[in-house]
Amino acid sequence: MSHRLKTGGRLIDRSRDVKFTFNGKHMKGFAGETLAASLLANGQTLLGRSFKYHRPRGIVASGAEEPNALVGLGKGDRYEPNQRVTTTEVFDGLTCETQNHWPSLDFDLLAVNSLVPQFLTAGFYYKTFLRPRAFWKHVYEPVIRKSAGLGKAPSPDARDPDSYEQIYAFCDVLIIGGGIAGLQAALSAAETGARVALWEQTAHWGGRAPVDGVTIDGQDADAWVAATIAKLEAMDNVHLRLRCMGAGVHDHGYVLGYERVSDHAPGTDAPRHRLWRMRAGQIVTATGAIERPLSFAGNDLPGVMLASAVRDYVVNYAVSPGQSVVVVTNNDDAYRTAIALRQAGVGVPAVVDARAEANGPLVAEARAAGITVLTGKGIRKVKGGKKVTGVEICRIDSKGTAFTEVFDCDAVAMSGGWSPVVHLWSHCGGKLVWDDTHHFFRPDASRPPLGADGAGFVRACGSADGEMGAVLMGAHEAGLAAAKATGASGTPPAPATDQVPDMAPMDAVWMMPRNAEYDLRMKMWLDYQNDVKVSDVQLAAREGYQSVEHTKRYTTLGMATDQGKLSNINGLAILSDALGQPIPATGTTTFRPPYTPISIGAIAGGATGPVFQPLRRTPLYDWHAENGADWEPVGQWRRPYTYIRAGEDRHKAVNREVTNARTNIGLLDASTLGKILVSGPDAGRFMDMLYTNMMSTLKPGKCRYGLMCNENGFLMDDGVVARLSDDAFLVHTTSGGADHVHGWMEDWLQCEWWDWKVHTVNLTEQFAQIAVVGPKARQLLERLGGMDVSRDALKFMEWSEGRLGGFDARVFRISFSGELSFEIAVPASQGRAFWDRLLAEGADLGVMPYGTEALHILRAEKGFIMIGDETDGTVIPQDLNLNWAISKKKDDFLGKRGMEREAMVHPDRWKLVGLETLDGSVLPHGALAVTGGKTANKQAETEGRVTSTYYSPTLKRGIAMGLVRHGPNRMGEVLEFAGPNDARIKARIVDPVLYDKEGAKQDV
Amino acid sequence: MKHYSAFAIAREAFRQHTGWGRAWASPEPRKSYDVIIVGAGGHGLATAYYLGHRYGIKNVAIIEKGWLGGGNTGRNTTIIRSNYLQDPSAAIYEKSRSLYETMSQDLNYNVMFSPRGVMMLAQTEHEKRGYLRTERANALQGVETRFISPAEVKKLVPIINLDGPRYPVLGALWQARGGTARHDAVAWGYARACSAMGMHVIEQCAVTGVTSENGMVTGVNTTKGHIGCNKLGIVVAGHSGALADMAGFRLPVESVALQALVSEPIKPCMDVVVMANTVHGYMSQSDKGEMVIGGGADGFNNYTQRGSWHHIEETVRALVETFPMISRLKMLRQWGGIVDMTGDRSPIISKTPLGNCFINCGWGTGGFKATPGSGYAMAELVAKGEPGPLAEAFSMFRFREGRFIDESVAAGVAH
Ligand SMILES: Cc1cc2nc3c(=O)[nH]c(=O)nc-3n(C[C@H](O)[C@H](O)[C@H](O)COP(=O)(O)OP(=O)(O)OC[C@H]3O[C@@H](n4cnc5c(N)ncnc54)[C@H](O)[C@@H]3O)c2cc1C
Repeated sequence: MSHRLKTGGRLIDRSRDVKFTFNGKHMKGFAGETLAASLLANGQTLLGRSFKYHRPRGIVASGAEEPNALVGLGKGDRYEPNQRVTTTEVFDGLTCETQNHWPSLDFDLLAVNSLVPQFLTAGFYYKTFLRPRAFWKHVYEPVIRKSAGLGKAPSPDARDPDSYEQIYAFCDVLIIGGGIAGLQAALSAAETGARVALWEQTAHWGGRAPVDGVTIDGQDADAWVAATIAKLEAMDNVHLRLRCMGAGVHDHGYVLGYERVSDHAPGTDAPRHRLWRMRAGQIVTATGAIERPLSFAGNDLPGVMLASAVRDYVVNYAVSPGQSVVVVTNNDDAYRTAIALRQAGVGVPAVVDARAEANGPLVAEARAAGITVLTGKGIRKVKGGKKVTGVEICRIDSKGTAFTEVFDCDAVAMSGGWSPVVHLWSHCGGKLVWDDTHHFFRPDASRPPLGADGAGFVRACGSADGEMGAVLMGAHEAGLAAAKATGASGTPPAPATDQVPDMAPMDAVWMMPRNAEYDLRMKMWLDYQNDVKVSDVQLAAREGYQSVEHTKRYTTLGMATDQGKLSNINGLAILSDALGQPIPATGTTTFRPPYTPISIGAIAGGATGPVFQPLRRTPLYDWHAENGADWEPVGQWRRPYTYIRAGEDRHKAVNREVTNARTNIGLLDASTLGKILVSGPDAGRFMDMLYTNMMSTLKPGKCRYGLMCNENGFLMDDGVVARLSDDAFLVHTTSGGADHVHGWMEDWLQCEWWDWKVHTVNLTEQFAQIAVVGPKARQLLERLGGMDVSRDALKFMEWSEGRLGGFDARVFRISFSGELSFEIAVPASQGRAFWDRLLAEGADLGVMPYGTEALHILRAEKGFIMIGDETDGTVIPQDLNLNWAISKKKDDFLGKRGMEREAMVHPDRWKLVGLETLDGSVLPHGALAVTGGKTANKQAETEGRVTSTYYSPTLKRGIAMGLVRHGPNRMGEVLEFAGPNDARIKARIVDPVLYDKEGAKQDV
Repeated sequence: MKHYSAFAIAREAFRQHTGWGRAWASPEPRKSYDVIIVGAGGHGLATAYYLGHRYGIKNVAIIEKGWLGGGNTGRNTTIIRSNYLQDPSAAIYEKSRSLYETMSQDLNYNVMFSPRGVMMLAQTEHEKRGYLRTERANALQGVETRFISPAEVKKLVPIINLDGPRYPVLGALWQARGGTARHDAVAWGYARACSAMGMHVIEQCAVTGVTSENGMVTGVNTTKGHIGCNKLGIVVAGHSGALADMAGFRLPVESVALQALVSEPIKPCMDVVVMANTVHGYMSQSDKGEMVIGGGADGFNNYTQRGSWHHIEETVRALVETFPMISRLKMLRQWGGIVDMTGDRSPIISKTPLGNCFINCGWGTGGFKATPGSGYAMAELVAKGEPGPLAEAFSMFRFREGRFIDESVAAGVAH
């Protein structure tokens, strides 16, 4: 059984107990360790179930590469599925539960899947569940879905109570990985004076070296690490971060760092995670290497672990995975584990070495310690059900039909060699090269990721670079070269010397025994979480899924939450072997960010809930809120749809507002309307290009309604332009279109007409704009006193500036309602006071605000078009009978050529008309007029559609506008519209202007 | 070709699965073919499949520069729906959706078409009116779709937050018979069927040039030498501009990166596909349990299959807004594909200025759903030399004539 050792543990604090619960059971660990160490110390080796077969699973690794030991962490709103115990620091009050089993961890009924593995081979589901057809949806898929997934989903109502933050940062050299190579690279780079950042994903500096017994200048690695950190901390040009993982390397040296700020210490007001968005001049990856498992039957049983992980638990946390541990290897490195175990007083029945000979210094040391070493042997199979009880040994070159020895043991430490962590090198296009000595892919320094200048911006050092011996000199050079590449010129002192024992090369043993029979291959796991076995990869190869990407996708190898950190190379080796080609000819799958999964919360970075997007408020927002506004989002604005009074529903409120505006005075908060100032000597010329109308001839003091089209001639925006002076225009746009139109102007000015002297500025938020609408509008303004707003002083389609009731006002005599109307802009800061004043002065005149829906109805009664209703990106001004607004005198304007194309001038285009149902009802939104015929594709043929439809309280009936084929020529004709539930609604084509056709009311 | 069934699996189980042959052969190219299809993505393979299946044209090679299905076919978020607004779109997407319903049986390969339902949330009044319009149009186009209330939305998607502080859900356009399918399986299933008809699926072979005589195509240069053909179908999605250039014409297409991501797998919590176009994001849960998430395309042209990170952030924010419970899940993997965008966001299935050379492209961010329908219509064009009714509106010359089929009208994100 796994247990705590009496002494040792370089990272734990035995004086500080930490209490936690596991599946409801109370347990105790020590401060400074991972949850994995605590669980093992408590004898807990069974920690979950695999994906497909629900096989028992225990801890294999000690870090980010762990595929098996995932738990649900925390409770309620703080519950988080799939948390790796190997990267979770244990803390007081931690609660966790195991996943993916039913009814319980020890007794999982779904484990029946593993009784029939010969049926559930790779991709079996592509070959079956085919009939009967309806069964996939109703039977097969629901069953598959039920058994899929790992952790439980958070509750539907869960609301994450924690905060997340994002931070932008810059540095010359970013070093990722705080092992001795990373520390040296950081030091050498920093000593040149470059700005250096160093990230380490765990809570400790130093990485593997202190565990592996590396000595530096004759001292323990720990001593050098401490001294180096002290030096780095003392330098102002260095920024150090623990618990910060390099998550992804993106173009232009943009690197994401995932800092788990308070996962280990919840309940403080620190954010939970912080996402660093680092812009680095150069990047050095010092991300180390990950040990590979070996493929032998039963290599997935709880108790079978990576040899390096076993060493980590023993040395760092004083935890042994068992009483008696068999070590199996194809290289020298694993002997360190045997030695460490023996030194800790743990039984090591044997080291099983696949190589014909083993005699490096580490092997000698192990032998000297009295450990039995078997060479030319492998594990035939691991015995046990939910835990290891022993191993059967066989000759490595055999088929494994029989065993040569049997050992009792309760854990196995395996080592299949190492794989450099090349992920970050590869994210942005760095290429790899196969190393024949160590049998791994390592970064190809001649093909790094390239920056905008065509030069590489990532370097690797240490074991991340495939360096399996001394690393400090190489790291020093990498740090220095990176700093120099950013322009630094200082010369750092030479690095210290790290001593590592000589190691014999590994043997490329990918499977034990080499010629294993099918029955054994069917029990050799490559991907522990997804249950992909050697036999599955071989089957994929046989079936022609021979590209490594095909194999991956067909078998799901490497697609689990560890993204194949343990399984990829082994799988690749098996595949290459099956295809009879060398491994580099097979190649790897693409490495994609993030290096390990990062929280959705950190990615969102706190921009959620009310601050998801900026909420734009007009100066009158508070008044609306206090007076029954029924809000409607319009872009990032929020506008009152209507103001609901006691006893009213939406519909009644809207009708009241319309009627009041037609009889008394309505007030509209029009502050959201875009207001863009276009000025400069070439402003007129620019305006003529922007609008279909002629704008350069507009006289200062006058307003003109104008249309803007895109290059294709489609109507994009409309509004009233006021000429402020000879070289300045104020452009009004739609509320939703303001930012787009401003961007559009700048696009043309910056990319095409960069030599025109025009300046644009978006003034939308600088002004409050209020429409005072209705027959008594002028009366109200006159009461305010100040500038002359009489009919003669301020004519229809004119504007003027002055003081109104003591406010600084710009008054536009325009109308979007058909009533006498003034739109008055005052500085934003005066908006609320002005609004209040209008309400107070006009109380006896029946002044009353109206919302967006009344605005729509007022304009529709009058036959005015609305961008977004009558237009949808496919409508040209001519379709809306707006030919009058298209200048014939201009040589060019945006959209001119577009609207001259064949289909645009075609007589069959649908054109704007008014529509009146015969029974007075309101036509459904978007209803289409049907001809009764069919298209070539057997769809009902149509000849028109409703673009706007409302109940008109003025006319007391439904009114609508629509686009109809040959519409204006068909006045009086009755069309049939298709409504919901096959209803057919008859409507007559009429003039779209239904109210005050002569325009008498607006020009008074 | 060995027939796939539960029975076949059982039989193989007793002989260690040694009886399975290759799903598709890997032949060396012949000197020439009747038809060459460039690009073994779903659309190219489906084109070849229907050429054989419907027109008996089987002397066909499908030439792929990488591994088949490795383009956007193997990178997309697999949403299948047909409730498009414009008539020509609705026709081809609905044809396609209906072909998906029987694809597993037709190909004897389980592509796991899962008609679990697709909903598009309406989160502004404007969007709601837009979807009501689509609902009305679809009714006449023979596409089953329905605008549903917020309460119905909540019932179908318990994890949704209906009244988010910024964009409350006002309802949704719901296509119950939309859904998802296993993207790789679609490519593999077609490849297997094509191979069984004797066609050549040639992988790891890039087309580097198009040869012609007197304005008629004669073949292609490839990394495996020249291969002749009577007719050429170019079906290369993000690389269409490059192939058109080889064939001597220009296309109104731009290539940009579109990204997607998945979370770690969790137990089923969302059975349907939800698209939220106002906030720009969409999500479904795969049969493995991963939340599959996609969002907007980059605003600049490129070929790197890597997108801009800020799009991931924006998409994720939008989805946390819509499904707050995902905040503590983790992103497992992100990737990108190069999508071919036309000016009106509708595809091109068209003759080209080069005789007997046809092109199928422009599916942009939403062509997985169209795979069988696109192949069906393209095969007709290649076989007959003229488009049938499904393809007719999608000529590449429509931009010159101004005959747009604008779908961006209906949805900000067109998946
Ligand atoms: C992230 C993402 C999400 C998406 N989500 C959805 C979705 O949810 N629903 C949906 O319907 N659609 C979606 N799409 C779009 C969809 O993936 C594509 O429209 C569709 O897959 C295109 O298929 P295809 O066969 O035309 O292209 P591809 O699959 O890209 O195939 C083209 C092939 O041509 C090959 N090729 C290119 N150049 C050459 C050459 N010179 N010689 C030989 N071969 C060449 C390529 O290698 C490639 O295999 C998404 C796309 C992306 C990128």
